[in-house]
Amino acid sequence: MSAARLQNEAKTMSPRGEKWNNYKESMKYAFHVIFHPFDGFWDLIHEKRGSLAAATTWLALFLITRVIVLMYTNFQFINAPLQYINVFEQMASLLFPFLILCLANWSLTTLFDGKGRFKDIYMAMCYALVPYVLIQLPLVFVSNIIAFDEAAFYSVLLSVSLIWCLLLAFVGLMQVHDYGPGKTIIFVIATILGTLIILFLMLVFLSLLSDALSYFVSLYREIAFRLY
Amino acid sequence: MKVMYRLMALLMILMLLAGMTTAFAADDGYPSSYTYNYDYWGDVRESPDAYRVDQVLLSSQLGLEVAMRKPQSLFVQGQDLYVCDTGNNRILQIRRTGDNYELVRIIDTIQGTEPATFNTPSDVYVDEEENLYVCDTNNYRVVMVDKDLNFIKAFTKPTDSTFDQSLNFLPNKLAVDVSGRVFCLATNVNKGLVKFEADTTFTGYIGANKVVYNFAEYIWKEFFTTKEQRAQQESFVPTEYCNIYMDDESFIYATNISFEEGDLMWDKALPIRRLNGIGNDILIKNDRYPPIGDLWWVEGSVEQGPSKFMDITVMEDDIYVAIDRTRGRLFGYDAQGILLWAFGSIGNTEDTFNSAISVEHMGRDLFVLDQNEADITVFTPTEYGNLIYDASSAYLSGDYDGSADKWEEVLKHNANYNLAFIGIGRSLMRQEKFKEAMDYFEMAHDRDNYGRAFRQYRKIWVEENIGWMVAVLAAVMIIPLVIRMIKRMRMEVESYERSKIAK
Repeated sequence: MSAARLQNEAKTMSPRGEKWNNYKESMKYAFHVIFHPFDGFWDLIHEKRGSLAAATTWLALFLITRVIVLMYTNFQFINAPLQYINVFEQMASLLFPFLILCLANWSLTTLFDGKGRFKDIYMAMCYALVPYVLIQLPLVFVSNIIAFDEAAFYSVLLSVSLIWCLLLAFVGLMQVHDYGPGKTIIFVIATILGTLIILFLMLVFLSLLSDALSYFVSLYREIAFRLY
Repeated sequence: MKVMYRLMALLMILMLLAGMTTAFAADDGYPSSYTYNYDYWGDVRESPDAYRVDQVLLSSQLGLEVAMRKPQSLFVQGQDLYVCDTGNNRILQIRRTGDNYELVRIIDTIQGTEPATFNTPSDVYVDEEENLYVCDTNNYRVVMVDKDLNFIKAFTKPTDSTFDQSLNFLPNKLAVDVSGRVFCLATNVNKGLVKFEADTTFTGYIGANKVVYNFAEYIWKEFFTTKEQRAQQESFVPTEYCNIYMDDESFIYATNISFEEGDLMWDKALPIRRLNGIGNDILIKNDRYPPIGDLWWVEGSVEQGPSKFMDITVMEDDIYVAIDRTRGRLFGYDAQGILLWAFGSIGNTEDTFNSAISVEHMGRDLFVLDQNEADITVFTPTEYGNLIYDASSAYLSGDYDGSADKWEEVLKHNANYNLAFIGIGRSLMRQEKFKEAMDYFEMAHDRDNYGRAFRQYRKIWVEENIGWMVAVLAAVMIIPLVIRMIKRMRMEVESYERSKIAK
């Protein structure tokens, strides 16, 4: 019976099925990456063990986890004014800084012989978010079965999840660009500065845009006023 | 057609209902946002009025020939209300009978001492035997007279070297404890409260503001300023209090109006303090926000800045009421430092103030003295206000279930009242209804109590469900074992069969 099914599957193994298999493999590969970051990130990029689709899935899972954490963590452990929380706003407030950080890192490292392409940086950063999902999702459940004064265990795990992610991101950048640790630290700082500059430019652009728009609006009003 | 009739009927009923509710809400003529409270998130929640104006005592109403001028302070002893009519150098004694207030006497001369009159008396204290203590500011003394105004003793400038002898002793506010010790707030003194024993000897200062050393400031002073600049900056000293009040347990409540705005939320400004015998602040603060009056204010508006408490009074059950001069507002806090209500504003109607300077209480009624309008506003608690007090006092006296009933009543008036949820939750917890208690505590965001109830609930839950939990656990552990055993047996059989075929 089972042998027959296997044969059947092998027969119908279309390119699409293969793709699905690859996707599954690259999703699973995250578990290797988070425990063996140095080899893991190297192979993720250079041996093509990761995929954009899987990376984006993990990013989406991260965003969903964040929302679940906000909504379902017991009120003893989180100060989330649910009446004001907008799910999409929360997601956007994580997604956009994330993308801008990747962009800033890419634009700086390309100038200083970083080996990573934008896609590589994006993938490495997404895979670095995996511990957050893996730890915080169970913690949401745990927060509902412990009392406020038993929080020690909970808060330790909470900080572990964050520190783990940061370390992974650091190692990821190192491997993607083939930098040493010192150079990576410098570029992490530079990336943060770059992010601020990008944000500043965006603000300036937006305010200029609104000024320009309001100019045309007032022009139209003036003309309309004169003509009638 | 039928549907139309029904719709019409429904509409009629709805309109009727709407009309009824507006009639209920609008009739009392009070603005709806007069009284409020802060919720867990620090948002203003409008509430029913806790106090309403009973009457306003004007000079003319009291039958005074010379109207009050810049009165500075109120004091209540028994049924008597004492008013420091500072601008006219006299003290008024007003007696309350029911809802009537009558002028008993005007105290402006005393016997047996020189000078026999007051010069800007700014505060008064009356003890159980009706002995008067008067802060006779510009006569540089605190004078004590008996109820027939015969001089008993005077507390004058300390001859101690800790008191700067070049300055005059200008007592401004005072409090007296049960054994007759006088604590006095004097202008020019920033070492805390001046303390006199009952025999008029000066015995030091208590409750000075701590000097906080700031590292950056130290560096700046040490290396970047000249000696002359430093000499000028010497006047940088901790501030003095604004007003004091002695409670029944001989602790002094003090208000302080000079602080950095930024320190308020971090509980470093301490605008209200409760000082013990050695001058340490022992005020209990168990709310998310410290007792600082208003939590938010609009910068640059006419009534701007944080609340500045001019006076404080302590009622039964350690409920204290402080008056804010910035917005002419009264704040009531319970013994745990939780805001019970806040109301009042600056204005010209009878329930608003121009320049509120002093607050006192008689039972649950409040008196507010306005120095520019020179009148006294009498507030009496509404049904809602009384319920709050009843509920907390029932809880403090150990009648937990009675307290819960009162809190239920409070919730009918105001469904945004956190203390009520906590009170009911506690009572439910005592009845071992832990799940319900948890719901109430969650609504009030009370983590400690929720945790307590939750642990009990969890314990019971586990005890009730231990049977199937063990079963599931066992199943999870045993089933794979069994499967593995069966597999192994099958493999053995198979290999045996194979070996037989091979042979």
